[in-house]
Amino acid sequence: MSTLLSKLLTLLLLILISGGVARAATLSISCGAVGKELSLCRQGVEAWSQRTGHHVKVVATPNSATERFALYQQILASHSSDIDILQIDVVWPGTLAPHLVDLSQYIGGDVTQQYFPALIANNTIAGKLVALPWFTNAGVLYYRKDLLKKYHAQPPATWQQLTATARRIQDAERRAGNPRMQGFVFQAKGYEGLTCDALEWIDSFGGGALVDADGTVTVDNPRAVAALQLAASWIGDIAPQGVLNYDEEESRGVFQSGNAVFMRNWPYAWALGNAADSPIRGRIGVVALPAGGPDGHQTGTLGGWQLAVSRYSQHPELAADLVRHLTAYAEQKRRAIAGSYNPAIPALYRDKEVLAAVPFFGTLYTTFEHAVARPSRIAGSKYARVSAEFYYAVHDVLSGKTEAAPALAALQSKLTRLSRGGQW
Amino acid sequence: MRARTSRLTHQRVRAAWLFLAPVLLVLALVAGWPLLKTIAYGFTDASLIDPASAKFVGFDNFSYLLLDANWWAAVWNTVVFAVVSVALETALGLIIALALNAQFPGRGGLRAAILIPWAIPTVVSAQMWSWMFNDVFGVINHILLALGLIAQPIAWLASPDTALLAIILVDVWKTTPFMALLLLAGLQMLPQECFESARVDGVHPLKVFLRVTLPLLKPALMVAVIFRLLDALRMFDLVYVMSGNSRDTMSMSVYARQQLIDFGDLGFGSAAATLIFAIIALFTVVYLTVARVGRED
Repeated sequence: MSTLLSKLLTLLLLILISGGVARAATLSISCGAVGKELSLCRQGVEAWSQRTGHHVKVVATPNSATERFALYQQILASHSSDIDILQIDVVWPGTLAPHLVDLSQYIGGDVTQQYFPALIANNTIAGKLVALPWFTNAGVLYYRKDLLKKYHAQPPATWQQLTATARRIQDAERRAGNPRMQGFVFQAKGYEGLTCDALEWIDSFGGGALVDADGTVTVDNPRAVAALQLAASWIGDIAPQGVLNYDEEESRGVFQSGNAVFMRNWPYAWALGNAADSPIRGRIGVVALPAGGPDGHQTGTLGGWQLAVSRYSQHPELAADLVRHLTAYAEQKRRAIAGSYNPAIPALYRDKEVLAAVPFFGTLYTTFEHAVARPSRIAGSKYARVSAEFYYAVHDVLSGKTEAAPALAALQSKLTRLSRGGQW
Repeated sequence: MRARTSRLTHQRVRAAWLFLAPVLLVLALVAGWPLLKTIAYGFTDASLIDPASAKFVGFDNFSYLLLDANWWAAVWNTVVFAVVSVALETALGLIIALALNAQFPGRGGLRAAILIPWAIPTVVSAQMWSWMFNDVFGVINHILLALGLIAQPIAWLASPDTALLAIILVDVWKTTPFMALLLLAGLQMLPQECFESARVDGVHPLKVFLRVTLPLLKPALMVAVIFRLLDALRMFDLVYVMSGNSRDTMSMSVYARQQLIDFGDLGFGSAAATLIFAIIALFTVVYLTVARVGRED
């Protein structure tokens, strides 16, 4: 009798223990650590931990996107379960898709449809939803409100207007004893940033997005040539020669030290330009990037970060639940207000509290909605090569080594060969 | 008698192997195995994201590499960088070492002070210099303009004509102290009698330097130069921080990294890394042969 009882008790204990182990799982998430990112991520994760009782480790990853990409590739290639949830860039789903979980099996269409459709399309690879959008990004145009007012100028609607306004203010300021004044700074170093900038020029002229929806390479066209010719004319005129080696931070350095009229950059520069120690605090305006002439349209390159679940995760269902929590309306709202991270949910751009914290989210809504995507989805694992060929070609045009037309013709044949005739 | 010596030798050889074994094992694990693995990957089409599915492709990677103009541009950049920077560092380092070898008050402090550029991590000094070279807010253009040496600010790192030069200058700034220290150590090992007898005979200091100091210093100089040359040939961080993947300044290592990491092409990148290894090995062999011939004279 007593032995039976003790056996039963032992069995009960075993069930309790094993049940307990299954209940308190440990997940790990890698999130970025640029600026406020890490603390915002921790707070979001802790809220979920307290609600569900599961433990979550926040793993530190390199700040540089390329370094992080290399690390992810190595972790995923070794089928490691060390990281359950990965924060991935908008151009990575095509490459990483084979190693990511299809989230649509855990997350219903009612949740998915609240995001920007372009982001969901970007994150859907061969019918699999491999990531949910966390925050979005698009290139925008910064300008000096005080300088434009001083010279009675309007924020430009076309690149041609920008060229004229920038030159006028730059020359006048230089004559007025400000010899370092530059008209326009952007990112023209040979790296991914130049791919983003040049894609904006070409798309705004109506020259397409390098590759069309069926995979055909379209970069060699008269509008793209016109866009690059205009951009090349800026170097040494309204843009300093040194812009050819500027990344985001160097252009911000020039603009924020008060030495430029216009700057192309991502929204993050807003918070820093208006920080307490910024010399141009309160004198910055933000508008959408200009259109390429009367037939062109305003555009911006799509950026931003997504959350994905590794296929080698021990707890894919739990991880998907954490992803759902972090990308939900309430959490994205909190991040928009606390860290000015662009929500990936259109409804939040009409939220009063969000607009009070970051006013330009409202005026630039169409830019974020219609941002142009880099051809990463169609090019898949070849995207990095496509981007490199593109930025090398554009860099050669900007530095005057080649003319726009032959450079784009050569790029067209290179990309066509790389894509095996558009089949990828 | 003979048998005893040989048994002793035998024992000593065995002991030597026994003592060397742990080191050899560690070397094989941390240097040999990765090297062999890299060479092996060079003959496959492996990708970084899925190395398991690699297929053997023979010499395809190498033949493509040898036909790639960008690779040869990278080799050329590296060789120019290595030869020019090591030559400048050796000349300047020797001058500094001779100066520091003299007796004067405050010598210890000065020796420590000149090491500061060497002590700063390369990534930090590269970033610092790239800001100093900036054409709008950089201090170098500011000084040159103020001195009236240039009329327009120069975009040092953006212009293909000056980018490699700027990188070489930073390397010289950074590594000359190290060279000076190696040569100073060599100078202090030299027998003082030669210098004393030269002084007694009243030989001209320049002649002392050419006929006494330089020949005596030659072994130390050779070691220092080969040390720096091997280092300069695999140069990566300075170029990568200062001008990224720009083809005007790309070194062999930057090329290999771009293929391997950015493009995820493990096979091709490994082939490039293997070729870098071969080129550096070739340099070493040629250099050592030349040095040995010199010594026999």
